[in-house]
Amino acid sequence: MKIAVCIKRVPVMEVKFAIAADGTRVEEAGLKYDVNDFDLWAVEAALQLKEKAGAGEVTVISLGPDNAQEQIRKTLAMGADKGILLKSDAPTHDGLAVARALAAELKEGGYDLVLFGRISIDTMNQMTGPMVAELLDLPCVTNVFKLDISNGRGVAERALDGAIEVAEFPLPALLTIDDGLNKERLPSLKGIMAAKKKPLDVKPAQLGAVQVAVRKYELPAERAAGRILGDSSAAVPELVRLLQTEAKVL
Amino acid sequence: MANVLVFAETRGGELRKVALEAVTAARALAELSGGGSVHAVLAGADGIGTKAGALAEHGADTVQLLEHAGFAQYNPEALAATLAQRLGGGTYAYALFSATAQGRDLSPRVAAKLGTGLIADATGFVVDGGAVVATHPINNGKVIVTLALAAAPALISVRPSAFQPAVNAKPLVTESISSATDPAASRVKVTELRAGGTGKLDLGDAPVIVAGGRGLKAPEHFKLCDDLADAFGNAAVGATRAVTDEGWRPHADQIGQTGRNVSPNLYIAVGISGAIQHLAGMRTSKTIVAINKDKDAPIFKIADYGIVGDVFEVMPVLTAAVKAAKSQG
Ligand SMILES: Cc1cc2nc3c(=O)[nH]c(=O)nc-3n(C[C@H](O)[C@H](O)[C@H](O)COP(=O)(O)OP(=O)(O)OC[C@H]3O[C@@H](n4cnc5c(N)ncnc54)[C@H](O)[C@@H]3O)c2cc1C
Ligand SMILES: Nc1ncnc2c1ncn2[C@@H]1O[C@H](COP(=O)(O)O)[C@@H](O)[C@H]1O
Repeated sequence: MKIAVCIKRVPVMEVKFAIAADGTRVEEAGLKYDVNDFDLWAVEAALQLKEKAGAGEVTVISLGPDNAQEQIRKTLAMGADKGILLKSDAPTHDGLAVARALAAELKEGGYDLVLFGRISIDTMNQMTGPMVAELLDLPCVTNVFKLDISNGRGVAERALDGAIEVAEFPLPALLTIDDGLNKERLPSLKGIMAAKKKPLDVKPAQLGAVQVAVRKYELPAERAAGRILGDSSAAVPELVRLLQTEAKVL
Repeated sequence: MANVLVFAETRGGELRKVALEAVTAARALAELSGGGSVHAVLAGADGIGTKAGALAEHGADTVQLLEHAGFAQYNPEALAATLAQRLGGGTYAYALFSATAQGRDLSPRVAAKLGTGLIADATGFVVDGGAVVATHPINNGKVIVTLALAAAPALISVRPSAFQPAVNAKPLVTESISSATDPAASRVKVTELRAGGTGKLDLGDAPVIVAGGRGLKAPEHFKLCDDLADAFGNAAVGATRAVTDEGWRPHADQIGQTGRNVSPNLYIAVGISGAIQHLAGMRTSKTIVAINKDKDAPIFKIADYGIVGDVFEVMPVLTAAVKAAKSQG
């Protein structure tokens, strides 16, 4: 089974973000980067499917700056077979522009399965996977948290705002992976060494026309400081009173 | 003047609250661009037309009914083809979706079919010379970006709870439309649909959420949350990832960065530390209450009201007090 996984380099979120004075960008200084969480779960799913089948190849594709090679190497260290960087130094919020570039690369790959993350935690678009599916005319199931593939067909369970849908699909297909499917493995030392020798192709991304433009970035309004009402159930009457009179939610 | 097409989301043959929010947002968008028409697409099995009234009441000039057994469940392939066909004719400047699991599955497919841009998960918008200019939370909700899209049609999905349903009654006008493709021919077959969470009320629809964390110590202690939710009557129970990882509650109940994104009127965090991945899914709640025995727990930084205390001591008293308040009110 030939599997492709699309992964994105994203900032680690445990920081206080700063915005440039003119609002045109989020400051880079002090940011660390990692693979988007959902994409790690997608890579893990691909590795498990390959292991179960006893044969196959996992290709990891990322569109991003040169540094995104670090994130691709991490997934090669987990066990993916080869990487492709579609180089682009212009970060964009335009999901369709990214989807077109990824679709152009995926089109000729002859993949049985293409895996995406449900959402990238930086741009929070949650659109690239289904857009690529449409561009490649592939059957698509999003938000998958349970998966079984055998004999050229798949069964997936997906989360639909609290309801669960069980969907059957033929291969080739495109899936977007949600939290809950698996926990990603950590790269072993042996994996890290092996990853250095695995192929990683770098080529320019064909982003195409960008239709969604950034006007500005800003930090959200801070919530007003809250109040501690007390240190035991003695505070309950005051809480109920505030919920009734101040917050007006009771 | 610009016409807006809006997709009205249903579940189990009923309109969801987000559908009324989307129609309200569509009406606002039409007015912002000089007063165009709002057409709502309502898909479902035979009989779904009986639900059209609420859409007209919230500002839809026409309700386009896509009635077919093949739409009893969410059918993205046929829906995307049908919406793309309707949007391709040049009638509409904008198309609006709810930024729910369905809407965020459907809208990108339609955008890709049309080759047009999509702004997802908008929390507000204005119109600026034909372009829609919308705000959207990014970086786990820690930054807000303002995006502009001038494409025709421009696609936008709106975040649940960002627009409150507003009555703007129009006479009910319905029109039957047909599917662009055979709904039975979709390659992905849904074989089962079942409730995923534990509650009767979905987390996305509940005005009050009681969420439990590891501080509850064991799955059976979630009864404390269930009881408080019952006392409110209009509440759903959510959980942290620590809890869903342990298998105490199903994954569908998880709130946070990698779970559900919610903004209820009232969010009560019970034995939850307030990790940023949890806050990412609930920080936009209108009023936040936290009960935690550790006065330094980060949840208190974003809570409007906090009680530093033991959940096992505080919760029964709170439940009784809410019951009493409800029976008086
Ligand atoms: C990639 C990734 C994604 C994640 N996504 C999510 C997500 O979507 N949602 C999410 O919730 N988390 C998510 N997490 C996990 C998150 O980092 C935290 O680990 C998790 O939210 C902690 O859950 P908790 O607050 O229940 O548990 P803890 O952090 O263990 O907190 C328990 C709290 O209970 C309090 N407590 C204990 N006993 C009592 C008592 N008797 N009375 C009162 N208080 C008591 C403690 O003081 C403590 O503050 C994610 C993590 C990662 C790495
Ligand atoms: N620049 C990128 N390179 C590779 N994959 C991407 C990129 N952007 C998005 N994706 C994939 O699309 C998924 C959803 O991203 P998004 O639509 O941006 O929320 C991610 O989890 C990745 O799998």
